[in-house]
Amino acid sequence: MDALLNKRIKQVLKGDQNAFTDVVTLYQHKLYQLCYRMLGNKQEAEDIAQEAFVRAYINLHSYDQKRKFSTWLYRIATNLCIDRIRKKKPDYYLDAEVPGTDGLDMYSHIAATDQLPEDAVEQMDLQDRIQYEISRLPDKYRSVIVLKYIEELSLQEISEILDMPLGTVKTRIHRGREALRKQLNNL
Amino acid sequence: MSTCPQYIVDYMHEYLDGDISREHEQQLKKHLQDCSDCQQHMHQLSDTIAFVKSAAHITAPPNFEEQVMKRLPKPKQRLGVQKWLRRHPIIVAAAVFLFFMSATLLNNYPNDEFSVTKQPNLVVDGQTVIVPEGEVVKGDIVVKNGDLVIEGEVDGNVTVINGQYMASTAVVTGQIEEIDETFEWLWYEMKRMANDFMALFE
Ligand SMILES: [Zn+2]
Repeated sequence: MDALLNKRIKQVLKGDQNAFTDVVTLYQHKLYQLCYRMLGNKQEAEDIAQEAFVRAYINLHSYDQKRKFSTWLYRIATNLCIDRIRKKKPDYYLDAEVPGTDGLDMYSHIAATDQLPEDAVEQMDLQDRIQYEISRLPDKYRSVIVLKYIEELSLQEISEILDMPLGTVKTRIHRGREALRKQLNNL
Repeated sequence: MSTCPQYIVDYMHEYLDGDISREHEQQLKKHLQDCSDCQQHMHQLSDTIAFVKSAAHITAPPNFEEQVMKRLPKPKQRLGVQKWLRRHPIIVAAAVFLFFMSATLLNNYPNDEFSVTKQPNLVVDGQTVIVPEGEVVKGDIVVKNGDLVIEGEVDGNVTVINGQYMASTAVVTGQIEEIDETFEWLWYEMKRMANDFMALFE
C-alpha cells in the first residue's frame, strides 16, 4: 500500500491530477469518519473531509515523504474540524475560565448547556447515544478520544497529528476518559 | 473514595494506556483489592472505553471521490517536454531535421527584446500586454519578454515566453503555455516549425 501510495504522490507532484484519485480512495473513509465523529453532522463532515483532501492536494509539495502520509493527512483534517467547531461558537473565548466554577473553562460550560433532557437521552439507540456523548466532550478532549478509540491510532501518532508533546496527549486522554465516564454515569 | 490518593487514579490511566510500570501495577492491584470505590471507578473507565469503541464504522458517501476531484484546482495547461516528445515522435524527427537546417531559427534565438503578436484590440503598457475587459481577441497571442494580463476573452492560443501570464476570470478558448527557459523555448520553436512543416502535407 505504501509503495503504491508513494508512486501516486510522485505522479501527482509531476502534474498528473488523476493519480490523486487513488489517494482519495485509500483514505476517504478514515477521514470522513474522523470528521463525522468530530462534527456530528453528515453535511459538514462531507464538506470538511473533501476540503482536507483539496488542501492536501494543493500543499502536497510540502509533505515530507520520509514521514507517514496518513499522519500528515489526519493533521490537516483535524485542524479543519477544530477550526469549524470554534467558528460555530464565535461569542465565547473558549479557553477562558468561567468565574466561580472552580477551574472549569468555557469548553465545559458549553458542553453542559448542550445537554438534552434525561428521558430523551435514555430513548436514544446506542449509536445515536455514542455520537451524542462524543459531541458533548470539549473539543480538546474530543479530538484525542476520537483519534484513539475510533480511528485506533497510537499515542505517538496522535501526538504528531496534533503537534503536541506525548505527555500532553496522555493528559488529555486521561481527562477525556474521565469526562466521558462522568457523562455516562451522571456524576 | 475521597480518601484515596490521586496517584491511584493516575495509575488506572497508565494501565489503560498500556504503559504502566510493574511497580505501579502492583500498587494499583493491591489498592483495588481493598477499595470498592476505586474498583467501581476502574470498571466505569473500562466500560466507557468499551462504549466508545462500540461506535459503528462510518463510511464516506458513494460519490465522495468524484466530489473531491471536482473540487481540485484545474491544472495549468502546460505541455511537458517529455510528454510532448512521447506523443509526437514523427513531428519531433521532422523538427530535429528542421532544427539543424533552419537559419530562421538562429535569427529567432531569444533575446531580451519585448514583442507581441499584433492584434487590433490589445493594449500595451510598457512590457505588459492587456486584453481589456469586454474585448474579444480573435486569434493567437504570443508575448515575448513581457507579461500578459487577460481581463477579457481570447479566442485562440496564448503563449508567454519569459514572462508571466495573469488571468483571473479569463476565458481562453485555446491552449495556454508559459515558456521560461531557453531550452523549452527551442522546443516551442521547433514545434511551431514542425507544425508548419506538417501543414504542407495536409
Ligand atoms: Zn480507593
